[in-house]
Amino acid sequence: MINKTMDSAAAAVADIGDGATVMIGGFGEAGSPIELIHALIDQGAKNLTVISNNTGSGQVGLAALIRNGRVGKMICSFPRTANSTVFPELYRAGRVELELVPQGTLAERIRAGGAGIPAFFTATAVGTVLEEGKERRSFEGRDYLMETGLRADFSLVKAKKADRYGNLLYSKTARNFGPVMCTAAATTIVQVEELAAAGGIDPEAVVTPGIFVQRVVVVADPAHESQLVKEGRSYP
Amino acid sequence: MSAAAEASKGWSSEAMARRVADDIPDGAYVNLGIGMPERVAQYLPEDREAVFHVENGLLGVGPSPAPGSEDPELINAGKKAITAVAGAAFFHHADSFTMIRGGHIDICVLGAFQVSAAGDLANWSTGEPDAIPAVGGAMDLVAGVRTIFVLTQHTTKTGEPKIVERCEYPLTGLACVDRIYTDLAVIDVTPQGLVVRELAPGISFDEVQQRTGARLVAGASVST
Repeated sequence: MINKTMDSAAAAVADIGDGATVMIGGFGEAGSPIELIHALIDQGAKNLTVISNNTGSGQVGLAALIRNGRVGKMICSFPRTANSTVFPELYRAGRVELELVPQGTLAERIRAGGAGIPAFFTATAVGTVLEEGKERRSFEGRDYLMETGLRADFSLVKAKKADRYGNLLYSKTARNFGPVMCTAAATTIVQVEELAAAGGIDPEAVVTPGIFVQRVVVVADPAHESQLVKEGRSYP
Repeated sequence: MSAAAEASKGWSSEAMARRVADDIPDGAYVNLGIGMPERVAQYLPEDREAVFHVENGLLGVGPSPAPGSEDPELINAGKKAITAVAGAAFFHHADSFTMIRGGHIDICVLGAFQVSAAGDLANWSTGEPDAIPAVGGAMDLVAGVRTIFVLTQHTTKTGEPKIVERCEYPLTGLACVDRIYTDLAVIDVTPQGLVVRELAPGISFDEVQQRTGARLVAGASVST
């Protein structure tokens, strides 16, 4: 019988090794799998390459992973937001590397990685400093840059509901990078608020089909990053 | 004229947002940038319907939520709480940027540090050595959205022109801006140069030219 559910976040992230590439879903706090990130901090893997749109806020979640020295390199589009101090400090100190990627190019690189497409051309960033080192080609009179697909060893994603097959539903704008990140990792780990019975999710409504998901952990009442930041919390 | 009287001339930020909203046609799909452009939605004339897009996954942005009813999973690109209208749709990031990069969004309204005479835009980085570079979706929007409106004060807080011959700040995109709305004028970027289409009340063409770092052309309805 197929059953992708696991008992704990700790068990789900136990085999993420040093030097792994990890995609982490979320746009700001919406969709950030904070309990999986905290389990990864507890687990101790270091020198990670993290692919995520932002770099977290306050001293919890992704920001805490970075502050604990676990991240060697960030690949992201917007590494600063309100309440985001951890990444800027470590970046200025030269202790974490940054690959800055336009947001649409980031999403498409992940989509391409998941779809087995090694590279593609896009008009985004032509003539800007982010063109540096990239091949430029002209198609039908317009210039484009070559971008490569992104894959990861693991993806950590937050969704609303799953069944034991790993079929997923999301919540509003917390969906963001989740569906593409699920497709682009060797092992995709998803935290959900609710587990549906098999057959309990309408096949017409499935957003991420279970083939893209390897592990499901139920976190019934996930923490809200902004609330933890407001309370001045720090993890661990 | 005193400095205070000088500063009070031209369009208010509300009037600027209203002026942009006037140019959004019925049925348009529109992306509004973070900050002042967000205000455009509330001034859309009542006889028109537009669908507002946020790049983090919603078509059909509604008014701001009442205090206390914010949902941390329903936010805009500036990570502020929003609402969704009836008929809205949620989608993931690759679909959202397919809308942007595939030319499906009709209009994008963005802020600017600088706009050049050729319509180059600089709006993501001041290029200062210790700045943390953060680009977000700006480069995708200017590369993919069909019509790019810039909404900005005509000059910086210290009075430096923001419309210039060539941008000094790092570029967001080349030759991408179609129309510029400032507190002093509405200016089109055309093959014939920067054409002033409208002047704010009490503002002369010469005054706009004096506060602009590139040569302006007076449009047919603008007296010089």
